[in-house]
Amino acid sequence: MNSKQLFQTFAAPFLGILLFLAIWQVGAPKIVTSLGAVPGPVQVFEQFTGLVDEHRAARQKEVEFYQRQEERNATALAEDPNAEISVRPYTGKATFFDQIVTSIVTVMTGFVLAGFIAIPLGIVAGLSQTVYAALNPLIQLFKPVSPLAWLPIVTMIVSAVYVSDDPTFDKSFINSALTVLLCCLWPTIINTTVGVANISKDLQNVSKVLRLSWWTHVRKIVLPSAIPMIFTGLRLSLGIAWMVLIAAEMLAQNPGLGKFVWDEFQNGSSNSLGRIMVAVIVIGLIGFALDRGMLLLQRQVSWDKNAALR
Amino acid sequence: MSNIHVTERRTFLKKATLALALTLGMGTGLLSTSAYAEIGKPEKADLKLGFIKLTDMAPLAIAYEKGFFEDEGLFVKLEAQANWKVLLDGVVDGQLDGAHMLAGQPLAATIGFGTKADIITPFSMDLNGNGITVSNAVWEKMKPHVEMKDGKPVHPIKAEALKPVIEEYKKGGKPFNLGMVFPVSTHNYELRYWLAAGGINPGTYAPAKDDIKGQIGADVMISVTPPPQMPATMEAGTIDGYCVGEPWNQQAVAKGIGVPVITDYEIWKNNPEKVFGITKAFAEKNPNTTARLVKALIRAAYWLDENNNANRKEAVEILSKPEYVGADKVVLANSMTGTFEYEKGDKRDVPDFNVFFRHNATYPYYSDAVWYLTQMRRWGQIGEPKDDKWFDETAKQVYRPDIFKTAAEALIAEGKLKKEDFPDFGAESGYKPATSDFIDGTSYDGTKPNEYIEQFKIGLKKDEKV
Repeated sequence: MNSKQLFQTFAAPFLGILLFLAIWQVGAPKIVTSLGAVPGPVQVFEQFTGLVDEHRAARQKEVEFYQRQEERNATALAEDPNAEISVRPYTGKATFFDQIVTSIVTVMTGFVLAGFIAIPLGIVAGLSQTVYAALNPLIQLFKPVSPLAWLPIVTMIVSAVYVSDDPTFDKSFINSALTVLLCCLWPTIINTTVGVANISKDLQNVSKVLRLSWWTHVRKIVLPSAIPMIFTGLRLSLGIAWMVLIAAEMLAQNPGLGKFVWDEFQNGSSNSLGRIMVAVIVIGLIGFALDRGMLLLQRQVSWDKNAALR
Repeated sequence: MSNIHVTERRTFLKKATLALALTLGMGTGLLSTSAYAEIGKPEKADLKLGFIKLTDMAPLAIAYEKGFFEDEGLFVKLEAQANWKVLLDGVVDGQLDGAHMLAGQPLAATIGFGTKADIITPFSMDLNGNGITVSNAVWEKMKPHVEMKDGKPVHPIKAEALKPVIEEYKKGGKPFNLGMVFPVSTHNYELRYWLAAGGINPGTYAPAKDDIKGQIGADVMISVTPPPQMPATMEAGTIDGYCVGEPWNQQAVAKGIGVPVITDYEIWKNNPEKVFGITKAFAEKNPNTTARLVKALIRAAYWLDENNNANRKEAVEILSKPEYVGADKVVLANSMTGTFEYEKGDKRDVPDFNVFFRHNATYPYYSDAVWYLTQMRRWGQIGEPKDDKWFDETAKQVYRPDIFKTAAEALIAEGKLKKEDFPDFGAESGYKPATSDFIDGTSYDGTKPNEYIEQFKIGLKKDEKV
């Protein structure tokens, strides 16, 4: 690596971030809102440590909660050895870090389900002009629909259909995951279709000459050559999924980072703005990490290890 | 103060129900402690309850933090909701087992205005606790019309002072926009009551003609904004004033963006406010859970008012946590500790600003339900004339003092509360004595709702249809 490359890989990103933080720190106090001045990076970091402390305190409360239950159960058993006892899950509030976990689980559920629908559908549409012609208008119609429009429909239908006395999943979780699914199907379908339809003529001829069965054709010819396009679609989908999830959580108050942001906005305390900023940065970092994760996965499954991936 | 109130009611009731009250009342009164059946195990122990970020959700937070729910064997999760609509839907479709609700919500749901569902109220959450705030610009224009003494406005300020401002807006072709939190909210009715008492027409609804905006014939445009967003919406200039619960009036003062002109205590002294709502199906399926929930809530309300509000400071501490109301402590403490700050620096004592237990605040009185129904009728949300019997029957469908009584008697038997802390269940008819503690001096008798509606100059009369 020469010095120019070295500068570009390490120093330049560092300088960029530093410059951004400097502008933020200097500029923020100049904007005064009704809740006080906009917090700079230092104050935001303080809020972050505050959230960590809160998380620790909540965990302590959880321990006490279980202790109280044990004591109660012990007294109940002492009074009546046949008493039915049970240990109930903790009822305290979800901390910032709990909300992060909830959001990631929800987004991955919606995204993986969408992948299972979109990739096969895309392959079929890429191989058959007829199927493509039938699907295309629907894709074009549903692709631009905002998550905020899907959400009420999903909520109503889930409420009507998912009726159970002891539900395995929370309705709110299903609502969020389905909304994510509906919004992130489209890029994968479109990219898969295009990828499959554009397989080189040579490869297609080879398949014909060898008289490969339909299934082998898909496995040996279609998938390997369409993988880069499928992954482009998946990465676009995951990006959309993450954005949609946060919006859906904010609107429907479903647990997750979106709910955290909205709750803080509603609190209107002097700490709220800083805490929202912490959440925004975390949302960005997770979105970034998700994208990198997909890229790693693509490297793993890609046939052409030398292709330039960005 | 509270003793006078109670004795008044007792004498009234004795007179009204005469011999029946004496025989029945004494009989059940004596029996109630000995014949009380212990409440069995909760059918459903894990519960999720919804609330809106307002100080009057306090009984829920206290019952959780003080372990009153756990004492009843209930494991409750409390969840803040985005707005009253989301909260109502959550209860109706079972995502929430119960919630802190606007008193009008269970009633409106039962009669089918808006969402149709059977929701009941076994526990009333508080009295008073709301205010009407106008923006600084409106206040400056109102001020010349407000009576002053020693350089400070004389309270209560009537809506007459606002009338010239609205006329000025009208002349300039500008709409005068006001915010309230939900079409069937206490706040909508209080705001309308105050405006109408000052000769301003807030407009009527016409559900039969699919008009659910409530702006027919209106001098002002009243629309819905979720409580925590009120200050921000007014700051943005979308509304010129609003009626909302605490801390969102004091927040406007703290932010320097508006001035609360009147509290609901001044519009109707000790008016009923929020209720605890659950679906009828839930109560029927889980009677023990329901009674235990009410027990925990009664204890929480008692704790909040105990020893002359001695616990309020601690309550403020709890409510300021981000998972509950989350506003700054100074803002919350203003109204929670018996004071109220009108204009910045003009802090006055309002000891009953928030009442959670005294004056029998927790008992679900039919007369409270009937008052809400009269307002729904007055503003056209109930489009057809109804006879007095209908008001009584509807109130009894929704308000359930029987469940309250079961819970209260269990608490008395356990020695946690005393008999004197509650109304005399044997003699209680569920109707409070007639009162004229309103800003316009109108007299309200819950047993004669149509006669009451007839007294108002503005609003639908008893036989009018929309």
